[in-house]
Amino acid sequence: MDFSIASILTLDGVTNGAIYALLAIALVLVFAVTRAIFIAQGEFVAYGALTLAMFQLGKLPGTVWLLLVLALLVALLDGVAALRRRDQPMSRVLVGAAKTLWLPLLVCAVSAIAAPRQWPMAVQCLLTLAIVTPLGPLVYRLAYQPLADATVLVLLIVSVGVHFAMTGLGLVFFGAEGFRNPSFWDDRFNIGPLTLSGQTLIIFMVSIVLIASLWLLFERTLRGKALRATAVNRLGARLMGISTTGAGKLSFALAAFIGALSGLLIGPTTTMFYDSGFLIGLKGFVAAIFGGLASYPAAAFGAIFVGILESFGSFWASEFKEVIVFTVILPVLLWRSFQHGTNDEE
Amino acid sequence: MRRYALIIFAVLLAVLPQLPVPEFWITQLNYIGLYALVVIGLVLLTGVAGLTSFGQAAFVGVGAYTTAYLSLHFGLSPWLNVFVGLALTAVVALVLGWITLRMSGHYLPLATIAWGLSLYYLLGNIEALGKYDGLLGIPAIKFFSVDLSTGRSFFYLLWLLVLLASVAVIHLLDSRTGRALRALKSGATMPEAMGVDTYRMKVTAFVLAALLASVSGWLFAHFQRSVNPSPFGLKMGIEYLFMGVIGGIGHVWGALAGAGVVKVLEDQLQVWLPKLLGGGGNYEVIVFGILLVLVLQYARDGVWAFIEARLPKVRRKVDWADAPALSERPRPAHGELVLDVNAVRKEFGGLVAVNDVSFQVRAGEVVGLIGPNGAGKSTTFNLVTGVLPATRGAVTFRGQRIEGLSSRRIAQRGVSRTFQHVKMIPGMTVLENVALGAHMRGGRGVAAAMLRLDRAEERGLLREAERQLKRIGMAEHMHELAGNLALGPQRLMEIARALCADPALLLLDEPAAGLRLQEKQGLIAVLRQLRDEGLSILLVEHDMDLVMEITDRIVVMEFGTKLIEGTPEEVQASPAVRAAYLGTEH
Repeated sequence: MDFSIASILTLDGVTNGAIYALLAIALVLVFAVTRAIFIAQGEFVAYGALTLAMFQLGKLPGTVWLLLVLALLVALLDGVAALRRRDQPMSRVLVGAAKTLWLPLLVCAVSAIAAPRQWPMAVQCLLTLAIVTPLGPLVYRLAYQPLADATVLVLLIVSVGVHFAMTGLGLVFFGAEGFRNPSFWDDRFNIGPLTLSGQTLIIFMVSIVLIASLWLLFERTLRGKALRATAVNRLGARLMGISTTGAGKLSFALAAFIGALSGLLIGPTTTMFYDSGFLIGLKGFVAAIFGGLASYPAAAFGAIFVGILESFGSFWASEFKEVIVFTVILPVLLWRSFQHGTNDEE
Repeated sequence: MRRYALIIFAVLLAVLPQLPVPEFWITQLNYIGLYALVVIGLVLLTGVAGLTSFGQAAFVGVGAYTTAYLSLHFGLSPWLNVFVGLALTAVVALVLGWITLRMSGHYLPLATIAWGLSLYYLLGNIEALGKYDGLLGIPAIKFFSVDLSTGRSFFYLLWLLVLLASVAVIHLLDSRTGRALRALKSGATMPEAMGVDTYRMKVTAFVLAALLASVSGWLFAHFQRSVNPSPFGLKMGIEYLFMGVIGGIGHVWGALAGAGVVKVLEDQLQVWLPKLLGGGGNYEVIVFGILLVLVLQYARDGVWAFIEARLPKVRRKVDWADAPALSERPRPAHGELVLDVNAVRKEFGGLVAVNDVSFQVRAGEVVGLIGPNGAGKSTTFNLVTGVLPATRGAVTFRGQRIEGLSSRRIAQRGVSRTFQHVKMIPGMTVLENVALGAHMRGGRGVAAAMLRLDRAEERGLLREAERQLKRIGMAEHMHELAGNLALGPQRLMEIARALCADPALLLLDEPAAGLRLQEKQGLIAVLRQLRDEGLSILLVEHDMDLVMEITDRIVVMEFGTKLIEGTPEEVQASPAVRAAYLGTEH
């Protein structure tokens, strides 16, 4: 190992780390707002990358159908619940259903037109985001909302169920084959021994822009502050007129968006399979644990560390790189346990 | 009735391999038994202790690979290997538990995910373990001269172990240690105040679950005669949890039901789904995933709850009537200084919740601690009982400083308490809840409970629980579930539980809230009797009639500071107290 190899590995690690940082931030957000440990976060990464891959092949991705079915289910469940309560006129119930359905329908229609005509890559990326992002709040509504007051343990098991279902559906939608998306930007830049690809630059820029806009959302907007309030105290937030259901949906929408975007970003750098998302998401978890699932900056730094560890691990002992990455969780947990000690009441 | 059902089940299992049942079903039942062993452990861990693990499949792997490697490379007997496997498993489980269980509950599942993944990749990359191809040609288990190489002969060993494990866990749950395990779900504060070492209990539950998984792995290796990493990965780890939830994670028999339902369902889905969706692949996980979410939303107690509801209720047989009384600690002499709180202070950030408060309680004395809401009474309680650490000041109990001790250590010295918001285990009977209070007066552990060697001690504990319930006038509620009681009786139950610990000082946090007049009169009588027996009582209460009637001295607090201290008459006459409660006229 010399300096140039080390610097190449570091660059590689930081690039992957940037993706893990985005995922870790999403995981911390979802946990803080809904108390759900969202194991299925990684599935959105795979869905993002592979939905784009399907567009690239000129096929209509199966995620479109998932979006439609979930939206219809939600509209149906909400409609039935509203009718049972008997506190709304029929017209209001229908408007509610229309509100749930219009965006998925529109996205599906545009996708159906765009897919066979192979519209430009940028449009395909936007469509991918538009398909995957609404899956987040729909999944929240169907799986988590009825259990919003359950324990962390129950919500964790729900996450496992969602992960199972989404992975299996991924296999149905995308098949068992792997895909590698074309690069967004093919230029390369030489800085000393390092070669920066355009894709790497895009990953860095998008990550920075996203983290900055999340910061703006939490610091400068009312909805962002409502999210933070819900994270601190659900009951208190509700008493202040903040809808915790709305906060839950928003946090899942952000998680799905961040997942899909991460999928678009890494799609060109690695071959993605229907089940690749899980491991990527779990690395986000290892990072999030650095901050005790509570601190955004600690999670981001943890993510960079995980990325670098992974790239050096694959250089030294490529077969054991996953073992190295996942066993690092143990010393981190040990360190946290001695720092914070017993903290048990939920 | 239930015992007969178990015997019939055992006999059924015994004759089944002798009947002309197709080999396929024997194999299915063998897999169900192997899974059930793991899931029984998860019932203990998840359903009882409220923790969870996705790494159980990896513990199965430790058991399987250990015996496979040792039989193939050293020719050792499987009967020796099982213990090596158990020892290795225990070491891993102890390390994982030691690291994660001090922190809140969700770190264990995350750590076990990492453990499950790591072991899978490790097994798949070690040359000596055959990498992803695994190890082949593992010998069958020999039982004396009988080779358990057929499915039918193996069936007997397997199901014998499944039944033994089920009965052992059921015995464990109905014991001193079992009550402590069942208390873990409700948070650490209450069990710790009863003298339960909750951290140790959690580690115990995790290690036991891991050991059961390891035994299953040992059997698995000698049943399949080959091992490779794939059945020990994370997916299988999650599937075990799925079996537990479907079957009913709170019941030992739910583990068997869940393993059976999931195995049969999996086979059917693997046939039907590829026909429906085309192509091949693990489509059954879609159905499993959705089913898991639906079960949690609509039938959280799983399949077994439906069966359980149709079974006759068993009422505990009272067999402790002539058990010897438990030994009691020597009571302090009347008038001896029991509790000395000296300038104790608690700050939360900038807020001073308790501001240099001092008071004393002597043996045979009832002291009331009163004040408007937010005066710092409950915080003072928590400082005395060690639930919160004091910022400054000294608390001395019977001549020993206790302010730095944990609430468990303080409880061991003879301080017992009730809670402002009742903390109990709703799924246990009143008797069992109260017996939890006597935890420190017994010493039998897991092994004794599983083998039922703890019955003599258990009878003593239950006798004491019944005695305290009688004393507080609740004997007729003994066999009811605590969760079905009204708030008043729940509070009385907490007092009985606290008395079960044989305390020298009893702290009661609003014991009369929610009591009816008659119950209140009864409570006053009991408190008087306790005081006459030499017990010291510190009482936080808003019911002034009760406070004035029962207390010898009253400490009045306001805004964290002690306002005055005196006899009930002095306090009633004090204009300062009146001002604190009702405000001043201008």
